[in-house]
Amino acid sequence: MTSTFQKIIHRIKYRGADKVNRSRGVDFFLMLWLGLLGSFMLLPIIYTLVSAFKPMEELFIFPPRLYVANPTLDNFIQLKHILSGLWVPFSRYLFNSAFVTVIATTGNVIFASMAAYPLAKHDFPGKKIISQIVVLALLFTGQVLYIPQYVIIAKLGLINSYLALILPVVQGTLGVFLMKQFMTQIPVSLLEAARIDGGNEFFIWARVVMPSVKPAWLTLIIFSFKDIWNQPGNSFIYDESMKVLPSIMTQIQSGGFARAGVVAAVALVMMIPPLVLFQVTQKSVIQTMASSGIKE
Amino acid sequence: MNNLQYAGRKTLAQKIWAARESYALMAPFFILFTIFTLIPIISSIYLSFTNFNMLETPRWIGLSNYVRLLLDDQVFLTVLKNTLIFAFITGPIGYVLSFMLAWLINDYRPGPRSVWTLIFYAPTLAGNVFYIWTIIFSGDYYGLMNGWLMSLGILQEPRDWIGDTKYVLNVVLVVQLWLSFGAGFLAFIAGFQSIDKSLYEAGVIDGIKNRWQELWYITLPSMAPQLLFGAVMQISASFGVTEVVKSVAGFPTRGYAADTIGTYINDFGIVRFEMGYACTISVFLFVIMVVTNQIILKVIKRVSND
Repeated sequence: MTSTFQKIIHRIKYRGADKVNRSRGVDFFLMLWLGLLGSFMLLPIIYTLVSAFKPMEELFIFPPRLYVANPTLDNFIQLKHILSGLWVPFSRYLFNSAFVTVIATTGNVIFASMAAYPLAKHDFPGKKIISQIVVLALLFTGQVLYIPQYVIIAKLGLINSYLALILPVVQGTLGVFLMKQFMTQIPVSLLEAARIDGGNEFFIWARVVMPSVKPAWLTLIIFSFKDIWNQPGNSFIYDESMKVLPSIMTQIQSGGFARAGVVAAVALVMMIPPLVLFQVTQKSVIQTMASSGIKE
Repeated sequence: MNNLQYAGRKTLAQKIWAARESYALMAPFFILFTIFTLIPIISSIYLSFTNFNMLETPRWIGLSNYVRLLLDDQVFLTVLKNTLIFAFITGPIGYVLSFMLAWLINDYRPGPRSVWTLIFYAPTLAGNVFYIWTIIFSGDYYGLMNGWLMSLGILQEPRDWIGDTKYVLNVVLVVQLWLSFGAGFLAFIAGFQSIDKSLYEAGVIDGIKNRWQELWYITLPSMAPQLLFGAVMQISASFGVTEVVKSVAGFPTRGYAADTIGTYINDFGIVRFEMGYACTISVFLFVIMVVTNQIILKVIKRVSND
């Protein structure tokens, strides 16, 4: 027994704090591999960043460079110029994107959390089948639903309205699923105490449940935000003044390679909000995902 | 609260009345869910048996659309093949890579770990940045890939990666792989962190010698719930590949070389207004996804029980 114990002490001492079963050689090899894959992941993002600040002559150098020698804001200025040729200003697209994203994300988080609470903590007729539908719905891709959704949105008279961009994404089931997994872990005694104090279920949801699952809805904000921010959604909208940022990217891109720098500038503007939001909330996100598993 | 305690005797109506607050909480979400998910699914199943062009009322034509899809549509065979390539190549590779990377990242201290997590999750976050791949794989001298391969002397003249039907599918595969570290990846990272550390120390005493044994005997069995979640997310991502194809390779792609069932649905639905047939394709895709999902759930359950 003593020798086993000493062995553990030895390993812990010489292989880093909480690591057992690790060898330095393999560590190094794996880090190399991680670095290679990491570079592959970052390549397009760095290339976007660099291209956005490249002056025209540097975009057309052979061989192409992964760095910028004379950074310039020309592409952003040109972006403004190109867009002033359209009859809808850039700020309008930005406003549409921000407006739709904020409203739809808020709606998704609130509605999904409200629906998740009874599914996690109450018992009622139909609970089992609703829970199963929620899991199954994770499999529906937008493509399967797209056409009937279009018909319904047309029938409701919502074509060319912000609601056409907002309503279909407010009902994403990933949110219900995540919130439900997390809420299951809330101790019943906490809820009982609130019930004795005379709160109804809506009150308990708002005052007890939501504050104790803060990491979960922070996670959901990230997921919703990035999906909605990036959704093209053009097919429900024909009115140019109601379109969102991804749609102008397509338009500028159709201008051909000469506009590579401008496309990169738009892409850069678009990718900053989700990246910043994620890094700020990462800790909570990871904490939530720990309880995201499907338990059988 | 009554709704937590109704004992056996109550009728269904009483149970429902007792749970009224539960239903009220669920109502806003599930009303929208019914309108934008349930009704679309049910109606697309109905429309798949009709001839519907969005202008006239749908006309019932029985199984004709399905017969056409399975027997008469040569292009469908191409897009089905492409979709299965995505599902069986990028799906499993992305899944295994997500798991392995999450496992490697987990060995780092919290600081570096959060940086690695950001690096691998960034493509999913940045979404539309996949446009930049069209510039990396651009067919002229200024494309990054051509530039590199030519300065290394591997290529003599620029290759038309996206325009050439021989290469375009591979380009989209690369982009899709780049995008495969999504919600499943985050679930894996979180799963590793929630494993009880003392299990590993106990493992050393039980004779586990290296990280590979540790992975197989301790880590994997503790991760079943996250593995299932990751699988569901990966299936829907890899069968549903659409936007990436449209923005990287064009719509429709030349000779349908990189088109998937998803873009094919768009082709019939948006471009040709053959809604009935588009629904038939949708139903077909959904059935494939549900079946795949069931198989994978069974496999993972078996692995985690052993």
